[in-house]
Amino acid sequence: MALTQNPEPKTQNPKENLRIFLTGVGGQGTLLASRLLGEAALAAGYNPMVSETHGMAQRGGIVVSTVILGDLQSPLISAGEADIVLGFEALEAFRALDRCHAKTLVIANTATQVPYPVAIGQARYPSVAQMFQRLAAQVGALLAFDAGALAHKSGSPLAVNMVLLGALAATDSLPIPAQDILSVICTRTKEKFLASNLQAFDLGAAAARDPGNWQRR
Amino acid sequence: MSELLTGSAGERRLFLGNEAIVRGALEAGVALVTTYPGTPASEIGDRCYGISRQTDLQFEFSTNEKVALEVAAGASACGWRVLCAMKHVGLNVAADALMTLAYVGVKGGMVIVSADDPSLFSSQNEQDNRYYAKLAGLPMLEPATPEEAKAMTLAAFALSEQLKVPVLLRTTTRVNHTRGPVTLGELAARPGPGRFYKDPFHLVMVPAVARQAHVRLLAAQDQARALAETSVFNEISGAGAWGIVTSGVAGTYAADALTELGLTGKVRLLKLGFTHPLPATLLGDFLAQVSKVLVVEELEPYLEDGLKAIAQDRGLSLTIRGKGPGLFSRLYEYHPGLVREVVARFFGVASEAPVPLVPEKILEQPLPDRPPNLCAGCPHRAMYYAVKIALKDLGVEGIFPTDIGCYTLGLLPPLSMADYLICMGSSVSTAAGISLATGQKVVAFIGDSTFFHSGLPALVNAVHHKHDFLLVILDNGTTAMTGHQPHPGVSLMPPGYPGEHVPIVRVVKALGVEQLWVVNPFKYKESLAATKEALTASGIRVLISQAPCHLYAQRLSGKRRTARFQVTKSCGECRDCLDNFGCPAMYLEKGDAGQLQIDQELCSGCAFCVQWCENIRPVGVAGKGKE
Repeated sequence: MALTQNPEPKTQNPKENLRIFLTGVGGQGTLLASRLLGEAALAAGYNPMVSETHGMAQRGGIVVSTVILGDLQSPLISAGEADIVLGFEALEAFRALDRCHAKTLVIANTATQVPYPVAIGQARYPSVAQMFQRLAAQVGALLAFDAGALAHKSGSPLAVNMVLLGALAATDSLPIPAQDILSVICTRTKEKFLASNLQAFDLGAAAARDPGNWQRR
Repeated sequence: MSELLTGSAGERRLFLGNEAIVRGALEAGVALVTTYPGTPASEIGDRCYGISRQTDLQFEFSTNEKVALEVAAGASACGWRVLCAMKHVGLNVAADALMTLAYVGVKGGMVIVSADDPSLFSSQNEQDNRYYAKLAGLPMLEPATPEEAKAMTLAAFALSEQLKVPVLLRTTTRVNHTRGPVTLGELAARPGPGRFYKDPFHLVMVPAVARQAHVRLLAAQDQARALAETSVFNEISGAGAWGIVTSGVAGTYAADALTELGLTGKVRLLKLGFTHPLPATLLGDFLAQVSKVLVVEELEPYLEDGLKAIAQDRGLSLTIRGKGPGLFSRLYEYHPGLVREVVARFFGVASEAPVPLVPEKILEQPLPDRPPNLCAGCPHRAMYYAVKIALKDLGVEGIFPTDIGCYTLGLLPPLSMADYLICMGSSVSTAAGISLATGQKVVAFIGDSTFFHSGLPALVNAVHHKHDFLLVILDNGTTAMTGHQPHPGVSLMPPGYPGEHVPIVRVVKALGVEQLWVVNPFKYKESLAATKEALTASGIRVLISQAPCHLYAQRLSGKRRTARFQVTKSCGECRDCLDNFGCPAMYLEKGDAGQLQIDQELCSGCAFCVQWCENIRPVGVAGKGKE
């Protein structure tokens, strides 16, 4: 290839900017969730940027990823700039409050994974109810429910990511149709998990339709 | 089949920066890829290994980065296109080869990927490897996105062949680990066998030959500078009397900042992708058209210093700023908000920065940390425990030089068994220095892959000079930290892995180590007894702790152990397991006054704790476990 050739055709995306921040604990499937969102966005004609945490942080540490849509080039989300937060674990959802602004939609799992310092009595895990009450008072809307229990119910305890994606798709806050996300799940998940993943997605969507799970300012 | 081998030209795919680099290399017809795994470059090797099992691509996880670079150099000298990938500090290991390979030059195109790690997400330093391009005199391309990573990799092969020198592709973690749309081109066929044509008076770097080679290298740099002047990777956008010069992912933050601040009509943005040699005319002309310039680059003021020198040459006296108080830091990764703030301040425009919410303040209490930890069932923890208890029983304090891998997490309490670390392999050699200077009881820890990487010469040195310390080789059969890549001593390997097994025990014996113990760390009594013997002996001693990485063994076999353990009696005041062992499956019920319990989901069934605590007993499977 000649060096003077243009390296890529630039697709313009005049669509609205959307910054999605995903956070959880190593092993919860945050990276797959952000990748699936990115794939669905690409299929829908967007230029998504998805950034991931790899390496040391995955040994039981915090794993965050971002999905950015619209007329933006940056793959990262600064403090106060996430439009949507997907919290895979209660404490981590609350910790991501520093990414939120007054209109942020937070979708959070109320199930907890106790960090080691808490397990051995060196630190205290804050009250989940109190965390979500304070969080709801700061952001646009909070959709919180036990995604871990719904994942269990779907037959795959590891499907918390599918539950949260289902909930997100059902909120109508994405410019991508739920059907596009579902079709990416179908092509990207292993045969033996497909049925449980789809069920987990549906259970998450149902949770989003339950007004009892919502707190709005 | 690897998804990097599928798809037709023009199709758009969502690739990780590292995958985009591999795709670019495949489109360039790369014949050989070599690497030593290291975050954030690891996926390059992982993907290439998979592809090498499905195609005629040659690939190896070399024993270290210097070896990787030299293997690649040899093949390039025979006409093959080669790619060599490593993390930034890996290039230090390969630097000896790099500096003179620049003189020797290449025949087939050679691309060296240096993956830098601003913010030290998983590294021991955050050095800026752009200076290696300057030091070695080699052309360098710096992608900002996966799309550019692919395009630049492809272009770098052509550039390397045109100039007959290796090309440095310098990335940062944020580029390696961002997924973005990548437009596919055609895959190229690999060329078949190459041939080495003898040419010793150009290829053997004795002084008389190297003097001429240096002349050629400087000429190649002049040619490279001319190409940089017109490279499509150096792009100017926007208009106005002010300027920004940027490179890498920081350029995406700068571009967004200009859009969001409404400055695109006031500030010209020069985004550099071909960053060594710097295009002096392009930059000089740019500087001549603006009254002040902000340089937006992560880490060191590489571009900034270059721009100031060019301004001096052209007799320009405009303001050029980048690093400094109130501007950018030389520390850590940048982010969009930070760049926007500095851009707004520098050009004197208002910025509506959101007031960040502080979770701790809103909750009115601290949030517990979530430090990474060795897994439940990790053999390293079992070995650390035996050494800890052996030292305690002997009443001796141990000093623990450590090394780079999962086991570096032994730094954290309650293990607290890491006292000194510089770089790969340093455990063995620094142990020699510490014991020489102090006579203290020194126990060095190194992993199996790191031992082959750079522990070997240090151990030979210790044998030869009769140093006095115990080296514990934590052999878990794989390179666990970076994602379970194989190495010469592997016992756990991906299906079909063709590498010849080089057993560590045989290597250590062959190096002349006479005092050698081999233990299974999960057999507590035996490992404790062996450790005590090894600790009380003098001279150079090696203890090899052999047990597979639990995580990887489980993944390879697809089976979980079914045995589980539980605390069956009250522990009273005893907190031995929490104070000395720290398995993540153990927890205290209801805070620090509670009874110790074992989480049945997290327990790996390794049956180690049950050997030293009589309160812990096996429990029935009771419907748990099997998956």
